[in-house]
Amino acid sequence: MEQVVANGLYLGAQYALVALGLTLIFGLMNVLNFAHGQMYVLGGFITYAVYGQLGLPFVVAVIASGITLAIIGGFMERFLFRTVIRRSHREESTMLLAAATAFFFDAVILLIFGEKQRGVPKIVKGVFNDFGIILPYDRILVGLLAGAIILGFILFMKYTKPGRAMRALAQDRMAAQLMGVEVNRYTMIGFALGAMLAGFVGGLLATITGINSGIGGPISIKAFMMIMIGGAGVVSGAIAGGFILGMMESVGLTVLRQYGDVTYLVIFAALMVFLSIRPNGLMGKPWG
Amino acid sequence: MSISRRIIAVTAFLILVFAVIPILIAVSGRKDFYYTLSSVALLSMASAGVWLTFHIGRINIGQGAYALMGGYVSAILVMSYGVSFWWTLPLAGLFCALASILIGLPILRLRGVYFAMVTLVLTEVARLLALALPVTQGAKGITSIPVEVFGLTLVPDFTMMENPRIAFYYLSVALMTACFALMHRLVNSRIGHICMSLQQNEELASSIGINIAQIRVIAYAISSFLGGLAGAVFVAATQSVYPSSFTVADSINFMLNCFLGGLGYVFGPMLGTLVLYFGWNLLFETGRFQLLIYSALMIALMLVLPNGLLSLGTLRKER
Repeated sequence: MEQVVANGLYLGAQYALVALGLTLIFGLMNVLNFAHGQMYVLGGFITYAVYGQLGLPFVVAVIASGITLAIIGGFMERFLFRTVIRRSHREESTMLLAAATAFFFDAVILLIFGEKQRGVPKIVKGVFNDFGIILPYDRILVGLLAGAIILGFILFMKYTKPGRAMRALAQDRMAAQLMGVEVNRYTMIGFALGAMLAGFVGGLLATITGINSGIGGPISIKAFMMIMIGGAGVVSGAIAGGFILGMMESVGLTVLRQYGDVTYLVIFAALMVFLSIRPNGLMGKPWG
Repeated sequence: MSISRRIIAVTAFLILVFAVIPILIAVSGRKDFYYTLSSVALLSMASAGVWLTFHIGRINIGQGAYALMGGYVSAILVMSYGVSFWWTLPLAGLFCALASILIGLPILRLRGVYFAMVTLVLTEVARLLALALPVTQGAKGITSIPVEVFGLTLVPDFTMMENPRIAFYYLSVALMTACFALMHRLVNSRIGHICMSLQQNEELASSIGINIAQIRVIAYAISSFLGGLAGAVFVAATQSVYPSSFTVADSINFMLNCFLGGLGYVFGPMLGTLVLYFGWNLLFETGRFQLLIYSALMIALMLVLPNGLLSLGTLRKER
């Protein structure tokens, strides 16, 4: 049982980080970023290139992933999403754009890094084995790093000027604009920040599960589920959703193993029932 | 558009799909186009269903689930119960419509991205169910489904046709024509206008006495009927169905077809499907750059025409 909880916590920290970026972008611009999983994969491959190929320190590699993704995210907002939102009659049109960027990233990743599963050397060796829990040290380290990034993100949103501006934007765009918040600049910063989180978690997880070009789509779907559980556009909701999904996966894989491969079926069904009872997730705003 | 011009347009379209295209195919000898074009016709029907849910202001990424469901219903009825293929088509559609009423009643209360994501999950649920249920035979799927048709004389008998592909072409194109004619009628009817009001403001619509829950479910059921029907014909055309016959990627494509054609136009999904399907296949020549060019073109198109291809016409009028 302790093992299951430990696995769930570790998974949850990763998932929460993915969901945070997605929910930030959604809260700021009402865009469902289909390319989020692909951003994660890109982050992983950058870490693979910098740490695995060039041999630079792991920290440098993860930071490089984050910064590259932040730049890409900023450009995406400035030149793609802003234009389409301005010119389109219906804001759903951004979904086609987001899906197209997801395909585009898929293609670029496939062309540059190939279709092979890539791994990098372990960052720390050894296995923690006590209290009935068996967990490799590198997993613990990555889980702690993810927790630290989440904490940093919350503090940033809570106590800095850009953080406050973005929270204001997410609450009420018009009111924030009237109070003198530079909407365009902070939307761009928010998109870049969301992309950066995806880059970080991609970099972190590349050391454990490795990285391959095909997992972008499934990761996006998992991230969508997390923000549905917690409530779209809410930071605390994304964190809760990440940990809940992590736990459910960890518990489900243990408990339901004798019935075959039905964990995800059960999770999906539970999610649909949950959402029909509570349409805004745990903490979401009404009608997202 | 005046009535006479409309009649001319409809006649021209009918002549094009029922006479000109088969003649062109016969002349050029590209028999494979029968299959591609019937696929386009069927996929555009499913996309038309998605478009109808867009019309009531819901983003539907779950059409793949109903296409898969329709396919399995048709396949199981033919294989296990010996029902004639022709009867399974409406039955598959109705089964999907019923299922969508049961599923839709709770989930149609969701809006915006929540509905979009729940329907996306629904596609995954359908695939996983098809893998897990005994009646669908898991990952092996159901293969070599016979399409012999006896009893009904009004419809062409596939076994008698020289090339069943041609029969399927006519069948799918006829279904597509009927589907879009009905959609056009529906959208310009009273219910269509009510749907429009739902898309703009549900509270307001409800406050003037429209039963919004009922209208939503009706629109969703029609949408799923089309999805199931298209899925059933598709399965008969390929004579096999697997859990991976319709996946999340297909659901997303149905949605993209609507966007590309234009959400404000009934015939948007038809054009969108044609362009996306053929665009993808034409780019096959470019080998490993296929996806890159395809997605880059899609992004560019979105930047130039964010309201869909059919907005080109109105763009000119506005100037």
